[in-house]
Amino acid sequence: MDYRESVLKSEEKTVFLLRSLYQSFGYRQYKMSKFEEYDLYAGNKDFLISDNIITFTDTNGRLMALKPDVTLSIVRNTKDTDGSVSKVFYDENVYRIPKGSHAYKEILQAGLECIGEIDNYCLGEVLYLASASLAAISQGYLLNISHLGIISGLLNDMALSPEQSQAALRLIGEKNMHELKRLCEAAGCSAADITRLIRVVSTNGAPEDVLPVLAECGCDAEAVRQLEELCRILRSAGEADHIVIDFSVVNDMSYYNGIVFRGYIEGVPNGILSGGQYDKLLRKMGRKARAVGFAVYLDFLERFYEQEPDLDADVVLLYTPETDQEILFRAVRQLTAEGLRVTAQKELPKKLRYGRVMRINPEGVLETC
Amino acid sequence: MLNVALPKGRLGEKVYDMFEKAGYECPSIREKNRKLLFTNEEKGICYFWVKPSDVAIYVERGAADIGVAGKDILLEYEPEVYELLDLDIGKCMMAVAAPNDYIDRPQRTLRVATKFERIAADYYASIGRDIDIIHLNGSIELAPLLGLSDVIVDIVETGSTLKANNLSVVERIVDISARFIANKASYEFKKNEISRVTEALAKQL
Repeated sequence: MDYRESVLKSEEKTVFLLRSLYQSFGYRQYKMSKFEEYDLYAGNKDFLISDNIITFTDTNGRLMALKPDVTLSIVRNTKDTDGSVSKVFYDENVYRIPKGSHAYKEILQAGLECIGEIDNYCLGEVLYLASASLAAISQGYLLNISHLGIISGLLNDMALSPEQSQAALRLIGEKNMHELKRLCEAAGCSAADITRLIRVVSTNGAPEDVLPVLAECGCDAEAVRQLEELCRILRSAGEADHIVIDFSVVNDMSYYNGIVFRGYIEGVPNGILSGGQYDKLLRKMGRKARAVGFAVYLDFLERFYEQEPDLDADVVLLYTPETDQEILFRAVRQLTAEGLRVTAQKELPKKLRYGRVMRINPEGVLETC
Repeated sequence: MLNVALPKGRLGEKVYDMFEKAGYECPSIREKNRKLLFTNEEKGICYFWVKPSDVAIYVERGAADIGVAGKDILLEYEPEVYELLDLDIGKCMMAVAAPNDYIDRPQRTLRVATKFERIAADYYASIGRDIDIIHLNGSIELAPLLGLSDVIVDIVETGSTLKANNLSVVERIVDISARFIANKASYEFKKNEISRVTEALAKQL
């Protein structure tokens, strides 16, 4: 059946665009059931955005959860294979309490995961697809990229305790340089180390401006090389103007490592895309493979799209109890065949937004009122 | 155009003075009228006053690109914003206070009255103390006087309210001051404007 594009909500159109984008790079669609065993999430609560999960007891007594996340389920259901990479994408509803809210919400989320022998090509491909996902939504987009290897290298050099490192990471995420400085001073770090850390994490911008600073500051050479190579791949894909290196993109270091990134769309107040390498999650789950992926939070876009149809129907077709039903039905079909949206009513509905009103006379002739 | 959420009250006026000194003046803001938005097109800035505890919400949700909020609010609500500067004004502290004759009994659950549930919970979790939080919206000092709670967790500025009610600070939790915050997406797309404001404010510190 043919359908007019306008019947699709903007979020639905975006889902279709993303699906075809991911399929064109050989990603297979992953479908999951609405429920998973609660244990899967309970064991990895810190990996989840919110640790509030809707649970219920299944008929066989097992504690089940309405899925708050897709990645954990994908990781559990893919097998380690030698040499190859399992590439899947999804668009699924998840259930969780969004940050700053107190009630559960159904959230439409799309994304992809690459699990297996991840190399720089895979990372580049995923970063490109993240960038292209944002481009599918709007031309005003930015992809912020960070490398946790660089940050952890700097923090390790300063010999901070795990708690201090955790606090430092949170402050880096807030771009809160004044408190980061105080924290490092209180921890007894040297002035030179503090200056170096602040210089690196407060530098943000285009790769060509940031990469030389990283080299000058003597950051982890391998991580810097990797970042350089990935930026080259993105530049060759025409994404240069949309890439920002920004170390305030920080994900939990007990799950994530290496490249992490966040995507923004102009006009949407929150980051709508989030992703990174999460080899450490796989280690926790006893797996050998490496992994990278991202999610696009489509619920944030609800208020972004403006081109929603301004009318509920093009034509209100008024009829009377005496109107021959068959003639009426034929008239409605005739109008819909012309591509009009028609609502047949005996009375004009009060809150309907419509184009024009027509009447049908007993002979089946349509008259515009 | 940058939208700026300013906290209503004395602190907000001091903050506006800093913006004015930084070159982002908007004379209409000083006029006594019922206007809610104050724009200086030439400087590309639009100010509005909101309840101090709401500034972070306006900024987090992008209605304001930047704003000034107390560290207490940032710690309590943990909004998704960047904290770009400590403006070093509106200084006070978050503290535990109790009646002058208070003796702590660690074997008992401590009853804590506060408006700042998260700050209190995080502080006592960090020292491994079991507490019962009593959320109050105002007149927190009254709670220990009437036996509603053992201690309070609240903002202490001069300490005069505590003193007048025979209460005193038993533990300082964290220092509070006004912070310059920015919406994360605005920071990306209006980076130059926000950086200019940040630098101009930083010069006054």
